[in-house]
Amino acid sequence: MMGNGFRITFWLFLSPVLLWLFLLIVIPHIDLLLLSFRGESDMGDPIWTLQNYKNFFIEPIYWYTFLRTALYAMITTFCTFILALPVSFYIVKLARPRTRGFLTVLLLLPFWVSELVRVYGWMILLRESGVFNYFMLKMGIIDQPIEMLYNDITMIMGLVYTSMLFMVVPLISVMESLDDSLIEAAHDLEASRFDILRTIIIPHCKPGITSGSIVVFMLALGNYLTPNLMGGKNSLWFTEQIYNQFIASFNWNQGAAFGFLLLVLSSVIIWVGLKVTRQNLGEVAS
Amino acid sequence: MTNDLSVRNIVRKFGDFTAVDDVSFDVPQGSFFSILGPSGCGKTTLLRMIAGFDEPTAGTLTIRDQDMRGVPPNKRPVNLVFQHLALFPMMNVVENIGFGLKRRGMSSAEISKRCVAILERVDLPGYGKKRIDQLSGGQKQRVAIARCLVMEPSVLLLDEPLGALDLKLREQMKVELKKLQANVGTTFIYITHDQSEALVMSDRIAVMNEGRFEQVGSPRELYNDPRTPFVARFVGDNNSWSGEVEESAEYTTICTSEGLHFRARSHRSYKSGTRVDLFLRPEALRIEPKDLTGLNTFKVSVKAILFDGANSRLLTVMPGGHELLVNLPQNRQFDHIEPGASITLGWHPDSGLCFKV
Amino acid sequence: MKKVTLLAAACCFFMATAVQAETLKILTWKGYAPRVLIEKFEKDTGIKVEATFSNNEEMIAKLRATRGAGFDLAQPSQDRISSVQEKFKIYQAVDYSRIDTKLFIPSMLDAVKSNTKVGDNSYAVPFCWGTSGLIVNSDKAAKADDWNALMDPEFKGRISYRLKRPTLIAVGFALGYDPFALYSDAVGYKEMLDKVAEALINTKPLVKNYWANGDGLLESMRSSEVFVAMAWDSGGWKLHDENKAIDFKAPKKGALGWIDTFAIPSKAKNVDAAYKWINFIMAPENAAYFTTQEKVPTASQGANAFVSAEVRANFERSFPQETIDNIKWYPPVPAKLEVMEGKILDKIKAAK
Ligand SMILES: Nc1ncnc2c1ncn2[C@@H]1O[C@H](COP(=O)(O)OP(=O)(O)OP(=O)(O)O)[C@@H](O)[C@H]1O
Ligand SMILES: [Mg+2]
Repeated sequence: MMGNGFRITFWLFLSPVLLWLFLLIVIPHIDLLLLSFRGESDMGDPIWTLQNYKNFFIEPIYWYTFLRTALYAMITTFCTFILALPVSFYIVKLARPRTRGFLTVLLLLPFWVSELVRVYGWMILLRESGVFNYFMLKMGIIDQPIEMLYNDITMIMGLVYTSMLFMVVPLISVMESLDDSLIEAAHDLEASRFDILRTIIIPHCKPGITSGSIVVFMLALGNYLTPNLMGGKNSLWFTEQIYNQFIASFNWNQGAAFGFLLLVLSSVIIWVGLKVTRQNLGEVAS
Repeated sequence: MTNDLSVRNIVRKFGDFTAVDDVSFDVPQGSFFSILGPSGCGKTTLLRMIAGFDEPTAGTLTIRDQDMRGVPPNKRPVNLVFQHLALFPMMNVVENIGFGLKRRGMSSAEISKRCVAILERVDLPGYGKKRIDQLSGGQKQRVAIARCLVMEPSVLLLDEPLGALDLKLREQMKVELKKLQANVGTTFIYITHDQSEALVMSDRIAVMNEGRFEQVGSPRELYNDPRTPFVARFVGDNNSWSGEVEESAEYTTICTSEGLHFRARSHRSYKSGTRVDLFLRPEALRIEPKDLTGLNTFKVSVKAILFDGANSRLLTVMPGGHELLVNLPQNRQFDHIEPGASITLGWHPDSGLCFKV
Repeated sequence: MKKVTLLAAACCFFMATAVQAETLKILTWKGYAPRVLIEKFEKDTGIKVEATFSNNEEMIAKLRATRGAGFDLAQPSQDRISSVQEKFKIYQAVDYSRIDTKLFIPSMLDAVKSNTKVGDNSYAVPFCWGTSGLIVNSDKAAKADDWNALMDPEFKGRISYRLKRPTLIAVGFALGYDPFALYSDAVGYKEMLDKVAEALINTKPLVKNYWANGDGLLESMRSSEVFVAMAWDSGGWKLHDENKAIDFKAPKKGALGWIDTFAIPSKAKNVDAAYKWINFIMAPENAAYFTTQEKVPTASQGANAFVSAEVRANFERSFPQETIDNIKWYPPVPAKLEVMEGKILDKIKAAK
């Protein structure tokens, strides 16, 4: 009797949560999925079709944009990793407790303002009439202002900056469990710094690297503002294409199909990445 | 015989705190040298300076006549077995053992040959492919040592490597380590706070206290002829009395706080009235001695029998409440002694040693 | 159980407050609902105004997503109404009897009526109008006077425009087409778009950036990072106030004229308030206030008298009569074109 009562209250309390999840996450996605299989016949009548998916593969611009986006997201992930590794190592192993707190706050700081503000901040710094150029001219390093915005390198820098925290945090948490004596033991066994990094630190941090990389990769892939504002003329990002389909071309069916392709293809990329590095998701999650 | 390691006046300060204070010693080639001291006395700090993880505040350190100042750990001809072993969990046994050789750029055929040989040597043949977490404590121990030995260091440093093992295994490993050292002939510097480990294995022992070396000597010297009260207390079990010197001649005569008069040795002669401590090993006390000539004798009552096979002891109390441990030989001669019994104890003045307080 | 009751109570409370205060939700462009006018309207009528800023595409997408709900009034451009209405039915017909027609310039009201006609009904009334043309820094690019300045190697790295449909049209004119005439000829239009794309891709190295944000463009012009841009006249006039060298220039081939309107979403909750707002803001003093603030002329009859002298001077300087006569007004966009244009825009953006 009592068990029953408990079960009822349990479900009573859980049901709003489930309903919430269902309403907000599952239903819109089903709606979008259905949408992505709709199209118009030549007569303009609505029909079921695979055309939206076919378009992606037939039209070079679409898959080219996707490839470009995925490639740049990977580059971003890699750069973020390369930068985040020494930073987290310093925070965990070298910094004093007080400096540690300070550095962590420093990493969090950019997230106190919205992404838009952050991107505009960068633009004020980097533009031709911007702060950097002003000082470099003043100091005589250059005699002509240079445009530092609107190129792929700046865009990747912006993406890396935005992603940094999401790589550093998991790295810090795995690094904390790395026993200092392992590093010392390797050092004692004639390993150079690079050897230690390669053979001890990175293998130990693998789960953190993987989870950080997945998050950063997905964030970069799904970013819209940074590539759009900092990347400039050539930087068509796949999310922008989805946006354009929905907003500019009013082609929701195509937009929905792109959305699902993004979901599926990015999952495939992550799956391949895990396979190549011989890991499984359960390991990473634990 | 040449020295593998020479340490001269080495000092290490952490701010105001002096962890290692003006220590000097030499370790001859091929010997088993132990540093024995209570927890926190600076043993690890000293060892880390030898290994190169820490730089001395002052003093010099030479290994095989090479000054080690500024030489990083990976360039020193020494290897360290860590207190908690520090085996690499991401590698299997051979990868752990071959790690250092690989860094030297040795061919993999040669590496695997040497790994097989060293595994044989530490009695783990065929264990190469095992993961670290599949090994028992003692096996891990031996892998950690093999990982260092395969590097053929001039000096192998061991930081309480038996600390994590259970008693039985520790006893066993003590003997094995000693045998291993005799076999390979590498110089071992062994750190421990367990005096029995040090006594069993070492050729020479340094007793360390509060950053200083109290005494360096063979186990026998330390046991039989401690030069400081600390060594007397720390190495082996000891009974002690405090008292005042009455007369200093061939033997020093003291009057203990209970009013007993004893004759005993001392390293120097003291003026009468000097306050001293008197130390006496449990095995120096004879129960109901037949011949009392030349012995210090007194009466005690038995409080408890601490039976431990060959190590059995009597816990006795003197009339004033002072407790004494007495060796109880297991030759059935004293089977009649029961708790509560009153017995006479005697000891030879040569066995007791006085130190000024 | 307690929690649930509490939650329910909270919900009821919020609903009650929502119903209590009458509100008017406007989906509009930035600047189209000045704060001063909102306050005046709230004081006059007691109706609270909530304005959401957007642009044509997003306005349509928002209303389409809710099938015309969520807002009481929208302000799309007149050319973007009829095809959207035909397809998605997101607006309701305007009841012109509820509008004070005396407040409107008759020719404009009629033009919008006929351009937004679907079936028997019309769906919008005009609010304001303006043109897209060139903003030129004449110190640096005095000779820029027509659309092809946007592809002139002489201004390499100093050119900026939006990568949106108006640019395609402008370049279409620059290449000698009449895009509006081709609206009804999908094949011809496609041909033109291909040529436009080719031209824009070839001249891509000349472009500084594709601007996306009006304030961002003004900043670039101000700091002389950009000399020639395609933009709205009002932006050029704003800059002219600060720097006389910079001004709006109607291109020789004709500025592109647009009219932004009022349209009522099909599921508007507060239609009364929507009509009230329209009649309120079109009153000459209010419309003039808006024009003075934003430098955008309105369809309000007689507002001109109340507009500040400087703003009128701007207008007279940039728009002599023959220039006005030469304005190319956007006709309603046929539905199919936008998909075509979307693809072309993607292609241009993706090109190296
Ligand atoms: N990095 C350091 N900073 C400050 N004090 C330190 C540092 N390292 C060690 N000490 C201090 O130096 C003293 C000696 O430490 P050490 O680790 O050498 O002791 P130990 O003899 O190895 O002890 P144990 O047997 O417990 O391992 C201790 O009091 C310790 O607190
Ligand atoms: Mg220690």
